Amino acid sequence: MNEVLNHSGDWLPVVFIALMGLAVLAYAILDGYDLGVGILLPMGAEDELQRDTMIASIGPFWDANETWLVLAIGLLLIAFPSAHSLILMNLYIPVAVMLIGLIMRGVAFDFRAKAAVDHKLAWDRTFKIGSLLTTLTQGYMLGQYVMGFDQSLSSQLFCAVSALGVTAAYSYIGAAWLVLKAEDQLQTRAVRWTQLAGRASLVGVVAVCAINPLVNPGVFDRWFTFPLVMFVLLIPVLCFLGFVGNDILLRRLPKAHDRHSSVPFFIVVGIFVLCFSGLGFSFFPDIVPGKLNIWEAASARESLQFILAGAVVVIPVILMYTAFSYRVFHGKATELHYH
Amino acid sequence: MDTALDTLMLSRIQFAANISFHILFPTITIALCWILFFFKLRFDLTGNPVWMRAYRFWVKIFALTFALGVVSGITMSFQFGTNWPGYMEKVGNIAGPLLGYEVLTAFFLEATFLGIMLFGIKRVPSKVHTFSALMVAIGTTLSAFWILALNSWMQTPAGYEIRDGVVHATNWLEVIFNPSFPYRLMHMLLASGLTAAFFVAGLSAYRILKGDEKQAPRLALKTGLILAAILAPLQAFVGDLHGLNTFEHQPQKIAAMEGVWETEQGAPLLLFAIPDEETRSNHFAVGIPNMASLILTHETDGEIRGLNSFDGDHPPVKPLFFGFRIMVGMGLLMLATAWLGCYLLRRPAMPRAFLKFLVAMTFSGWIATLAGWYVTEVGRQPWLVTGILKTADAVTPVAPANVGLSLAMYLLVYVVLMWAYIHTLKRMAIKSVYVEEFETAEPAADGSLTNLPESHIKPNSKPGTAGGNA
Repeated sequence: MNEVLNHSGDWLPVVFIALMGLAVLAYAILDGYDLGVGILLPMGAEDELQRDTMIASIGPFWDANETWLVLAIGLLLIAFPSAHSLILMNLYIPVAVMLIGLIMRGVAFDFRAKAAVDHKLAWDRTFKIGSLLTTLTQGYMLGQYVMGFDQSLSSQLFCAVSALGVTAAYSYIGAAWLVLKAEDQLQTRAVRWTQLAGRASLVGVVAVCAINPLVNPGVFDRWFTFPLVMFVLLIPVLCFLGFVGNDILLRRLPKAHDRHSSVPFFIVVGIFVLCFSGLGFSFFPDIVPGKLNIWEAASARESLQFILAGAVVVIPVILMYTAFSYRVFHGKATELHYH
Repeated sequence: MDTALDTLMLSRIQFAANISFHILFPTITIALCWILFFFKLRFDLTGNPVWMRAYRFWVKIFALTFALGVVSGITMSFQFGTNWPGYMEKVGNIAGPLLGYEVLTAFFLEATFLGIMLFGIKRVPSKVHTFSALMVAIGTTLSAFWILALNSWMQTPAGYEIRDGVVHATNWLEVIFNPSFPYRLMHMLLASGLTAAFFVAGLSAYRILKGDEKQAPRLALKTGLILAAILAPLQAFVGDLHGLNTFEHQPQKIAAMEGVWETEQGAPLLLFAIPDEETRSNHFAVGIPNMASLILTHETDGEIRGLNSFDGDHPPVKPLFFGFRIMVGMGLLMLATAWLGCYLLRRPAMPRAFLKFLVAMTFSGWIATLAGWYVTEVGRQPWLVTGILKTADAVTPVAPANVGLSLAMYLLVYVVLMWAYIHTLKRMAIKSVYVEEFETAEPAADGSLTNLPESHIKPNSKPGTAGGNA
C-alpha cells in the first residue's frame, strides 16, 4: 500500500479507477445476464416459443447494457491510455473474436424477428453462438489479464478455466434473470438452469481463487497478511454463503404467487459484486497486474478534470433514466396481453 | 515491404473497412430518427392513424439499422487500442475526453430510450413515448457532434500544446470548435438528412410499385421527397462553405481535389480528367476556364496553390479527385431528382418510371457520403493528426498475420451482414404491402413486452394488436 501513500495528493487516478471499476462491474452484471440468456437459449424445434420469450425479456435492455462495455473501454482509454494500448495489443486476437461475437448477437437479435421465417432458426443459432463466443473470450481475456499476458501452457490452462468460469457465471445470472422474468414452464426450467449454473460457477470461482494467489505472490501476501486477513476473508465467506443460500432457495422455487422469484437474481448480483471486489483488492493499485500502476498509466490532469466534470453531472442522470427504463419494463415477459 | 509496412497497410485497410461499413448505418439513423419523431409527433397532434402506420413501418427499419450501427461502432472503439496505440499515446489527452463525452452524453441516452421507443409503446403514455423518440434523436445527433469534433480536430487541430512529445489541451472550447468543425458537422448532418430522405422515398416507392394501395407509403414518399428538395440546395451551399474552409486550412487537400499540380492563377474547374501521379499532370482534362479560382477565391484570376508547393506532404491525388466528383455528381443528381419528384407530387399518382428511378436512388446517399468521407480522410494523409502525428507512426507492432486474420474475419462478417440487411429490407417492404400496419389507439401502462414475433399471433386474434416486433 506504499504506492497509495506516496500518491496521496494525486487522487484523480483513484477516482477514475473507481469509475472504471463501476463500469466494468455494471457491465458484468447487466450484459452478463443478457449474454447468459443467449447462452441458455434452448435450440429444439419445440422450444421456439420459449426462445421468443427469453429474447423478449432482454429486448429493451441489451443495447444499454453493452454501452457499459464501451464506457469501461472509453474510461480506460481516457484515464489510462498506456494501459489501454498495452492491454488491447496483448489481447489482439481475443478482442477481435469477442467483437465478432458481439456483432453476431447484436444483429441476430433484430434479424430473427424480421427475416423470413425459414431463416429465424439460423439467426437464433447466431445469437446463441455469438453470446457464447463473447463470453468465452471475455473469460479468456480475464485469465490473460490476471496472468500478466503470459503465454505458457499452464497459464493457457488457467485461461481455459477462467473462460469456462465466466461462462458459468453469466449463465448463472442469466438463468436467475429468467426466474425473475419468466412464468410457468420456462420459469421452472430457469430454476433448474440457475441451480446447475450456480454449482458450476462455485467450482469456477473456487478454482480461480485457489490458483490466483498461488501464481501471483503479491496477491497471496495481500490476502493472507494479519490482521487484514480477518477482515477481507469476509468476502469469500459471504460469497460462499450466497451460493449455498441460493441453492437452498432454488430447491423451493417456484413458489405460489411467484413469491421470492426475484431473490436469486439479487443474490447473484451480490456474488458478482463480492467476486469483483476480491479481484479489485488483489490488484489495486495496479492497472496491469505487476506491470503498471494507475499513477504511471494516468493521462494528463487537465484531461481527467475535463471529463470528470462532465461525468459527475451525467452519470447520475444515466443511472436515473436507466432506473426509469427498468421500471417501465418491470414484470413478467412471457404472456402477451392483447389490448 | 518490411513488416511494419505490412501491418500498417493491413491496419489501414481494416480501419477503412470498419469505418466505411459503420458510417453507412449512422448516416441513415441520425436523420431517420428525427423523421420518426416527426411521424409520431404528427400522430399525437392530428390523431391521423396514417402517421402511426408510417411510424410503425419505419421504426422497424430504424431498429435494424441502428443495431447494425451499434455493433459496427463497438468494433471501432476497440480499434484505437488494438491497431493504433501510437494515436492514443500521442493525442489521447484530446481524443479520450471527446470520445468519453460521446459515450456519456450520447450512447447511454440513445440506447436506453431506444428500449422504451421500440418496446414501450404500450407501457408508457403516448407523450412519454414521443419524448423517448426525441431523446433517441437528440442522442444520435449528440453522438455525431462529439465524433465530428474529434475528427475535425484531427484535420485542423487547435487549442493544444505539446509537452514532452505528448499533446495537452489548453482550451477545450478551441479544441471542440476547431476551425473545420462547424462546417463538417453541418455537412454531415445534412448528408444524413439527404441519405435518410432518399432511403425513405426509395423504399416507399418500392412498396407502391409492388402494389401497396395504402396511404402510409405515399405519405412517407412525400415526406422524403420534400425533405430532400429542401436539404439538397442547403447542402450545396454548406458544402461550398466547407470547401472554402478547407482551402484556407488544408490547401493541399483542395489542390488534390481539383487536380492542380502547379500553382496557378485562374485555375479551371475540371469536370473530367485522369490525374497521373507519375508525370504530375492531368490527361483528357475537360474544364470550365477560371471557374475553380472563382469558386475558391471569388476572383476569376485568384491563385490556387498547386501540389508542387506541398512536395512529399500531400495526399494521393486520384482518390480525392474522383471521390470529390462522385460526391458532387451524386449530390446534383439528388437535387434534380428531389425537385422533379416534388413537381410530380401534384399529380394524383406518380409515374411508374419515376418510382423505379427512386428505387434505384434508395442508397444514393451512401455513395455520396462514402465518397465525401474518402475525400476528407484520404485528404488528411500522410498525417493522422495534421502536423502532429503521421499515420505510419501510430500503428501497432502486432504481427501482420494477426491483423490479416482479424481483417479477413471482419470482411466476411460485413459481406454477410450487408447481404442480410438489404435482403431483409426488401422482405419487410414486400411484407408490408400485404400486412396492415396497425396503430395503437390506447397505450396501456400494464402491457407486456411487445417484441414477440408474429408467429405467436393466433390467426383469429384481432389484427393490429401484436405488432411492434421491432
